[in-house]
Order: sequence, then structure tokens, then C-alpha cells
Amino acid sequence: MHNDASSPVTRLLAESLSGQLSRRDILKRAGALGLSAPLIGIMLSAQAHVAAAQDASPVAGEPGSTIVVPEGLPTDLGGATINVIFGADGPSVPWEEAAIAKFTDATGISVNLTVGPQSATERLAQYQQFFAAQAADVDAMMIDVIWPGILAAHAADLSQAIGWQGADYFERIVTNNTIGDKLVGIPWYTDAGILYYRTDLLDKHGFDAPPATWAELEEMASAIQDAERADNPDFFGFVWQGAAYEGLTCDALEWQVSNGGGVIVEEDLTVSVNNPQAIAAFERARGWVGTISPEGVTSYMEEEARGVWQAGNAAFMRNWPYAYAPGQEEGSAIKDKFAITLVPKGEGEGATNADTLGGWQVMVSTYSKNQPAAIAWAQYLTSRELQKSYAVELSRLPTIVDLYDDADVLDANPFFAQLKDVFLGGAVARTSSVTSDLYNQVSTAYFTAVNEILTGQATDAAARVAKLAQDLEGIVSQL
Amino acid sequence: MSYQADVAPLPELAVPSKAWRAPEGSLGKSRERLAWLLVLPSLLVVAIVAVYPLYETFRLSFTNTRLASARVPRNVGLENYQTLLTEGAFRDALSHTIVFTVVSVALETLLGLAIALVIHSNFRGRGGVRTAMLVPWAIPTVVSASMWQWMYHDVFGVVNDILVNRLHILNTKVAWLANPATALPAIIAVDVWKTTPFMALLLLAGLQLIPGDVYESSTVDGASKIQQFYQITLPLLKPALLVALIFRTLDAFRVFDVVFVMKQFAPETMTVAVYARQQLIDLQLLGRGSAAAVIIFVCIFAFVILYTRLIRVEEF
Repeated sequence: MHNDASSPVTRLLAESLSGQLSRRDILKRAGALGLSAPLIGIMLSAQAHVAAAQDASPVAGEPGSTIVVPEGLPTDLGGATINVIFGADGPSVPWEEAAIAKFTDATGISVNLTVGPQSATERLAQYQQFFAAQAADVDAMMIDVIWPGILAAHAADLSQAIGWQGADYFERIVTNNTIGDKLVGIPWYTDAGILYYRTDLLDKHGFDAPPATWAELEEMASAIQDAERADNPDFFGFVWQGAAYEGLTCDALEWQVSNGGGVIVEEDLTVSVNNPQAIAAFERARGWVGTISPEGVTSYMEEEARGVWQAGNAAFMRNWPYAYAPGQEEGSAIKDKFAITLVPKGEGEGATNADTLGGWQVMVSTYSKNQPAAIAWAQYLTSRELQKSYAVELSRLPTIVDLYDDADVLDANPFFAQLKDVFLGGAVARTSSVTSDLYNQVSTAYFTAVNEILTGQATDAAARVAKLAQDLEGIVSQL
Repeated sequence: MSYQADVAPLPELAVPSKAWRAPEGSLGKSRERLAWLLVLPSLLVVAIVAVYPLYETFRLSFTNTRLASARVPRNVGLENYQTLLTEGAFRDALSHTIVFTVVSVALETLLGLAIALVIHSNFRGRGGVRTAMLVPWAIPTVVSASMWQWMYHDVFGVVNDILVNRLHILNTKVAWLANPATALPAIIAVDVWKTTPFMALLLLAGLQLIPGDVYESSTVDGASKIQQFYQITLPLLKPALLVALIFRTLDAFRVFDVVFVMKQFAPETMTVAVYARQQLIDLQLLGRGSAAAVIIFVCIFAFVILYTRLIRVEEF
């Protein structure tokens, strides 16, 4: 980001990212330097993530200590500098920095890391702005599983680069990332929505097994909540993501598909959201707000939900696998007290288990002035060794099939065995490949409608869903 | 006005308009040219930085351009404006913005006036109070919005903790930001907290311009404090009040950062600026977003004209 390593601004940025400073220090120094408000905001949020990360390292020892540098990296690109935008989750930034340090040692390529925004919608907006300007400012970045269609025109083709180790990546994800003949992103880690549950509380209140259907979840959650409220007035049965953003599309898609309500836009471009099963699914979710879920859940993203869960104030949480590792670190209130299972399904015709497929890929910008170096970085980050370290330290799901049989990986994350089949066949993908560059409009219409139903602004769910179907048909007709 | 009439010059001494006019002849022409040349650099800067983007926005609002897309844009006439004005989301955003503007500016003015009156009077520690009062205004909006977001949190927030656990004013914790009924009022409260010092400062400056002997003579005439406030303070404060109101109304109408940080694109608090951003960047609908921006521009322009008319009438 800055070439002059000794400028006070760069020093302040580096120190805030490494977590050496308190928020007060950052405000004091940033104020003295006369930095702009957005920059101060970025530093404070980066510091918060890093500070959280330093408290949340599950493996004893430094973050990145399990990274083994793979063989075969190019050594003739020394001196190049690339700019990359990667993780936003609390624990991942120190790991990425350790990975960068080892990469620079091995290849001589310097890497300037920028912490990305937490919201995927915001991250895409940021990328779109520099792609529109065809800027060479960023060389490599992480992209969501739903973006290859939107960003294909701006990506360098990685289909030659992916095979460098001969590793087997999940077929579905590689296909998802291939637009035309171009591989837009190498799969880095994958994700699926899962249900976390408190084993100790289920035992205590006489439940033998985690809920398999939504009805069972509601029953268990309210029983546990009523009992626990006696000691803890802040206890809730179930937390999830209800804010008006892409994450709500993931949660709502799970409710809809698990009830047999269709996948919003089918392969043949028919809109499948205005049906009784989907409407029933949304109404059921609305019933949770204020009863087994806190009223604030309609403005929760992943981190807010995890905050309530990890403090021990929830019996169930729907979130991504990344929350497993922080829950298991030393000092966590729920260490060894929870397990995971598939997201519950509905009842009736077409009801099936549905875990929304997530996951991130590494993309190289076609406007980059350092493509070979950026491609080397992409290969490094998605290599077997780095994926294994990411899995062991931060419970990220690898995209290389044989890592799911690796002893060290399964040691740290016994629940990975359950999820391998999900990626080999069971996860439900969002409609991004079908709707290509109009996906954002489809998703925004969808999550806005669901959010209005959840908050009660749309009192008649059926009418709101009918309007949503109309809007979606209008959008899809432009394809 | 009577003051000026008393000291107006005698008609035979009145001089014509003092505006500079170039002297006649070739000397005048070259002076005029020099004047233009000296002003040209700044006009150029204004043209590039302000006029060109404005023109581009107008132009784009008549097309269906998409941001960073391979699709070829074409002219669609007034279709974007039609969609915006008939579609519910923009109208909702407009009504949220108007509610936000009216309520927050009204509250800020009343509270700012009260604070300005207090710190205008002499008391021990006035300097310290004046400084402390400025703190909310000094904190960057992004920082204070994030701070208030945590304070409003429904489970861990300070606001709920004080109201429910300490003072027992409420029985249960309220999800201030999530509940659609309380979300906009909560955001208005944050904006009022942040901007009242600014209003207080502007009004204090206006108060300090009022000469003290006017009050003395009115006391001699037997006026009460209330009468002094309504008959002396308020009328003489009008110019400063109008200036402060213009500033704040324009700012409040364009509010973005506090709403975006606290609620992102939630439909219940979306304002026109947040809507425009969503259209422009998130949905990549450059055409529609530009149309929204043009509508905002037109509304603001209307406000400015309205207010400057008001000021001119009051000028003395």
C-alpha cells in the first residue's frame, strides 16, 4: 500500500494491524497526523479484528506456525511487489500475515496486505469500483463463490495455474468458478451453513440428539431458553443472521429449500419463490424473532451472532464453520461444550437438508501489472500445505479433497468428516451462475423482502412474496 | 432599519453603485482581459471538479449504463426517473429523509439555542464548558456511529443496561436499531447528539453580535426576561439562525454516513443518499443511481433558493 516504509502514516497503519496499539493510541496518533475519518475507521476496525484474533488463536503458538512452504514456487520473480485484499474475519489477519512473511522469504516477492470489509456486499462494491476504473492498484483478491459470473471480465485466466501441484479440487467448485473457458478463481476455502448446538444444554434438559427438523429446533430452543432464563436473562434459544445483506440470502435460502420451496431462480430462469412452502418458511422464521431469537437478530451479521453464541448466551447458532475454532480456544465460555450438525429441514413434500454453499476463491486481476507474481501468490495460498494450515489453525474447510482424510486436519476439526459429503454433492448453491451479472439485483430484492417480513414491516408475507416474484421476473427478463 | 435611516447620507451626497466597472477605452479592455485570465485557473478547476461530474451524472441518468459491465448502454429517456418515482423504495427513502431532516434540524436548533443562551452568560468555568460541549462534533462520524451502534446493542449495550438494569425505566431490553419503529428515531438521536454543538456555536456567534445596551434600555423600559427574549434576542438572531438552518438542512438532507454505518441498506431507515449508493455501486445500475442523484440535487437546489429568498427578505 505505501512504498515508503518509514512514513508515520505507514508506521501507524502497520502497528494498528499488528495489534500493538490500543484504540486510544490509534485515535491519538491518527488525530495528530490529521488523517481522514474513513481511514481512522479502517484502522480501528482492523485493530479490533487483530485484537480479537490475538485472543482467539486456537493452536498454542503463533498464528501461522503450522504453515509449511510448498515446493516449486518460482524464485525468479524476486523484487516484485503485489497488493492484495484478503480476510476480514477476526482471526484470519495474523495468519495471512504469517503466510505473507513465509512467501516473501521463499520467493522474494513483497506482498502488501489490505484487510477487507466484513460485509460481502461491501467488498464486491469496493472491487467493482476499481475494476470499473481498470485500476492496477490491486493484484489479487479473495472473491466469493457467487461472484465469478459478475467478475469474469476482470479476471486473469487461472486454468493453467491451478494444476501446478496436481491436487484434486472439488469438481463442483471448479465448475462454479469457470465462466466460458476461463477459470476466474482458484478455490481457496469452502463453506457451508451449519447448525451449532450446545451439547451440555441438550443433555441437561433431556434431549438426546440435535434437532433434525425446524419444528424440533423450535421446541428444544424454547424449552432450553425458558429454563436458562432463570439464571441468565440474556439467554436466547437460536441466533442467526437477519440483517439486510447477502448473508440473509444464505439463511433464507436454507429455510426455503429445506421446506421444498425452490431455489429462487431455477436453471431455466423461472422464478420459484412465490409458493406456499417458501412463504411458510419465511413466516416460521418471523415467528422466531423476539421469541427464541433476540429482537436484534434482524440486524445481526455473522459476528454479532457469534458474539452472543460464544459468550454462552445461545443454545443454537446457524453460522459458517469459521466460528468453530474461536469457540474452542482457551478461555472461551463454550469450549468443549458444543458440536455441529446439518441445518434442520422442514416437513412435508420436497423437504430436504440444505446448507448454503459459501466459500472463497483467489482471483488475479487482469489489470495487474505483476501477473506472474500475483499468480504465484494465488498458487501458494491455495496450495495443499497452506490449506492444511488454514484448516488446522482456523477451521477453514479445504477445497482439496484428500485433505479431508488427513489425520492432522481431522484431529483439529473432527466435524470435517461430516461435511465432506456436503461438498461432494449436498450443498445448495445460490443462483449466481444462472443469473450471472444480475445476481446482485436478484439477491438484493430477495434479502430486502425477507428482511421486511422478519421485522414486521411487511405484515402480509404472502403479498410481499408475490411482489418479490414480480420484481424478480422483471430483473430476470433482462438476461 | 431605522438605524440606517438615521444616518443615511443626504441625497446630494449619495454616490452611485460602487461595483467595479472597467474604465472605457483600450486600457479598460486589457484590464478586463487580465481579470478574466486571472480568474480562468480557478474556473477551470471548478469546471473539472464540479461541472463535469454534474454533467456526466445528468447524462448517465438518461441511459441504462451498468458499472463495469460488458453490456452496451443505450439511451432510455425518462425511464429511470419514472421507475424511481413510481417504485416504493425511492419514495420511502425520500420520506425517511424528509422526516430525518425536519426532526433532526428542529431538535438541533432548539437544543443548540438553549445551549448557546447558557454559555453566552457569564459563569465560572464557562471556558471549560464551551470546550466540553464541542466533543461530539469533534469525533469523526464513522467513529461515533460505530460507538453508538455498540451502545444500542440489544443484549450488551450500555443504553439498555442503564435503562433496564440501573434506572429501571424500562422492563425489557429494546433492540433500538433492529426494531423498525425505533430505528430511525435512534439514528436521529445520534445525529442530534453529534450536531447540536455545531448549531450552538453558530448561534453563540450570533448572540455575541447583539449589543448589550439594547437589553439595558429595555430593562429600563420595564421589559421582562421573556419579553426581551421574544422581542430582542430572536429577531436580532434571525440572520445567524437562518445561516445555521441552511447549513444543517442541506447536510441533513444528504445524510449518509451515520445511516450507512448503523443500518447499511435496511429498508426501514434507507435515505436517498443510501439508496443512490445502493443503486450505483451495489446493483451497478449507473443509470438509475444517477437519476436518484439528480433528484437529490434538484431538491437541494430548491431548498437553497427557498432559504436565500428568506434571507434576502430579512436583510438589513
